[in-house]
Amino acid sequence: MMSGFKNLLTTVFCLMLAVVLGFAVWSIGAEPSPVNLPGHLSENLEKSGVEHPVTAVLLNFRSYDTLLEIGVLVIAGIAGISMARTSSLEDPELRTSDSLLYALQRWFVPLMLLLAGYLLWAGADRPGGAFQAGAVMASTGVLMRMGGIPMDFLRPGTMLRLGLTLGFSVFLLVALASVWGGEAFLAYPPALAKSLIVVIEGVLTFSIAMVLLALFVSAPINRGVEPEEGERG
Amino acid sequence: MILWVMAGLLFTPLAWAVLTLLTGFRHGRWISWLGIVLQALVSVGLWAFVTRDGGFYYPLGGWQSPLGIELRVDGLAVTFVLLTAVVAGACGWHASLYLDPEKSWHRYFWPLFWFLWAGLNVVWLGDDLFNLYVGLELISLSAVGLVALGGQAGALRAALRYLLAALLGSLFYLLGVALLYGQFGSLSLSGIAGLLESGDVESVPVVIMVLMLFGLAMKTALFPLHKWLPPAHGIAKSPVSALLSALVVKASFYIAARVWLETGHHMGGYALGQLLGALGGAAVIWGSWLAFRQEKLKQVVAYSSVAQIGYLFLLFPLTWNVSETISVQAQQGMTLQVISHALAKSAMFLAAGNLILSVGSNRVDALAGVSRFLPFSLFSFGLAGVSLMGLPPSGGFAAKWLLLQASLASGQWWWLAVLLFGGLLSAAYVFRVYRASFVEKTDVDEFYHPHRSLEVIPMILALLSLGLGLVAEPVLSVMAISFSEGGGL
Amino acid sequence: MTPSLLYAFAGVGLCTIGLYGFVRLAHLLRKLLAFNLIGSGVFLVMVGLAQHHNGPDPVPQALVLTGIVVAIAATALAVVLIRRYFHLSGQTTLAEPARGNDEGASQSGEDRQR
Repeated sequence: MMSGFKNLLTTVFCLMLAVVLGFAVWSIGAEPSPVNLPGHLSENLEKSGVEHPVTAVLLNFRSYDTLLEIGVLVIAGIAGISMARTSSLEDPELRTSDSLLYALQRWFVPLMLLLAGYLLWAGADRPGGAFQAGAVMASTGVLMRMGGIPMDFLRPGTMLRLGLTLGFSVFLLVALASVWGGEAFLAYPPALAKSLIVVIEGVLTFSIAMVLLALFVSAPINRGVEPEEGERG
Repeated sequence: MILWVMAGLLFTPLAWAVLTLLTGFRHGRWISWLGIVLQALVSVGLWAFVTRDGGFYYPLGGWQSPLGIELRVDGLAVTFVLLTAVVAGACGWHASLYLDPEKSWHRYFWPLFWFLWAGLNVVWLGDDLFNLYVGLELISLSAVGLVALGGQAGALRAALRYLLAALLGSLFYLLGVALLYGQFGSLSLSGIAGLLESGDVESVPVVIMVLMLFGLAMKTALFPLHKWLPPAHGIAKSPVSALLSALVVKASFYIAARVWLETGHHMGGYALGQLLGALGGAAVIWGSWLAFRQEKLKQVVAYSSVAQIGYLFLLFPLTWNVSETISVQAQQGMTLQVISHALAKSAMFLAAGNLILSVGSNRVDALAGVSRFLPFSLFSFGLAGVSLMGLPPSGGFAAKWLLLQASLASGQWWWLAVLLFGGLLSAAYVFRVYRASFVEKTDVDEFYHPHRSLEVIPMILALLSLGLGLVAEPVLSVMAISFSEGGGL
Repeated sequence: MTPSLLYAFAGVGLCTIGLYGFVRLAHLLRKLLAFNLIGSGVFLVMVGLAQHHNGPDPVPQALVLTGIVVAIAATALAVVLIRRYFHLSGQTTLAEPARGNDEGASQSGEDRQR
């Protein structure tokens, strides 16, 4: 009875919100916006070092956002592995005994890695880039894991943590290096812009894939005991 | 020179997060001590530079807004950067001594701590609305990671509730930003404020401001959206709770205040300001009442946070459509309130952690006998309480005085009730803790005495918050630093 | 009325449906899915409204890419937390379990758990 009333109340509220938002969208859509950002962008595109405008925005004009967003990914990875099982990651429940899947990997994995490489390369002048490539690589790893291939580099240890932070560290070093050159933080020297972006995108792909894969693999069990303060364990 | 200071400010926390991820807890401790000192130096350097040359906009990557992201370094930003250096430094130092090095997952405290600091700096210095969203996410995810660190089911439940509330709040804020970008075509807050001032855009749907403030209020745990705060702040380890109550909830409030102060005149409304103030008042009363009724010590402090956060939202009605002097008065009062609450609440949580460590239990009634054998930590707790109650000469008193003046001058006399009763109500729950500790239980000292430094840190913070009222003038002068001629770099 | 504005309206619809689910559904994984729905709605509004004014606009597209990555990070973290919570407590909602044994307060202070 009570839950039916709550359902009704929530429905009414959400409908009202939809109407208000729809009206706002309609009235905003009616007038033109004072600032024409795409215009600004196309004027500055050649200075950015890449031809595709979205890549230029992500890795040059608004590279600070990208740096921080990789930081967010690394945070999620850290929080995930902080709950990792401290002993072996070879949890039999997560491995399949499906021989067909195991056999098909011989075909799928190289193709998917090739696809990831292509996506990374294509990001220069058409839709693609580090995130898309990283996501495809991560899903390759998920497939391998479900197909029963043990991946030693995912054991909690220094190698895993190095892999998680590699892309982020390189990006951060490039950001600092520009200050050495007397420019603002994250300003690429125009001559080196394209090569820097390629390097950054490469290591980012690897790191994104590692973080996503580590989050998938994080087993939920930690054998240690951490009770609340002042309580018995 | 300023380039190096800015680079240091942005680079240090992120780099330290990477460094401490690769080491264990003990080495991470040493590295973090160095990092805290470095970060403090850079923050003071920024303050020195801004005092000498005035505030400025810092275009990242060399691209001016609206194409690129600009940071806004003005007096208010510098105030908060310095506050973070003091409070986060103290909490980090306390954590390095408080946490058990034997537990392997405590090594992950440091990277999360440094990412949290990095996120806080992003928010204080930010001027780009989407960049502020990413900063908020940095802060929220690190905070959730810290709350959940190696915890049992109770901590995980608190962390999940916190995560879901934080994510919902961020999305509502982002929806407001999306609508704002659609309206103005720019993501720069100062750019949008400039467009509104010059009258290029006539009327903006008020729902945009409502959405953004709703999302940010959710993240600041304003009544009635506060349900996630007491479990999260109560269950986390004391240094983490201190960081959360003192700094993390202030980040979303800071953004709300910036947005309101820059654009609220055009995009907000009288009713919206009064509503936020009323909810703040309700938070003060409801939070204090619940704090009085809690059984566990840290829950008392957590509900006290809910109550104190209510005061912050008096900024909104007191700065809408009032004269310049009244608005400045309200802003100054609010800045003092934020600083004194950050110092007092972190002192309270760290002292509570020490008390729980000594007594071996987290219940209030288990504190019997503490007054005789562990006076130091109890005294820090009490001094922090003085600031929360708003007694002179503490920072809390100076803040409330300014807010009282602003309320009367703007004719909104009804906020007086909130300001005056709030102090009484906080006295109730602080004295309840004292009453429990003054119960004489035994003549023998059976308590565990924590390391001296663990007790000194909350005392320092409590004394700072107490003395804040005496040094209010210089502190407020930092906030009042104007922009340099030219304004850009 | 360009197609972009239609996308913006669809985004509004997704937001409100997601909000309803987030508030009313108790199961944690479903709340998470509702959160992702709201996220998709916000992204649609962002791109749709901007492109309605200025045509194809790379800035909101880049912002949405960033937003998707942030949402993935948050969702993945939430899933790890939910899995561990389920493993430790057997529950899939945030409801408080029946507290049979309230934690005893050891007055003698012998418990030195940190």
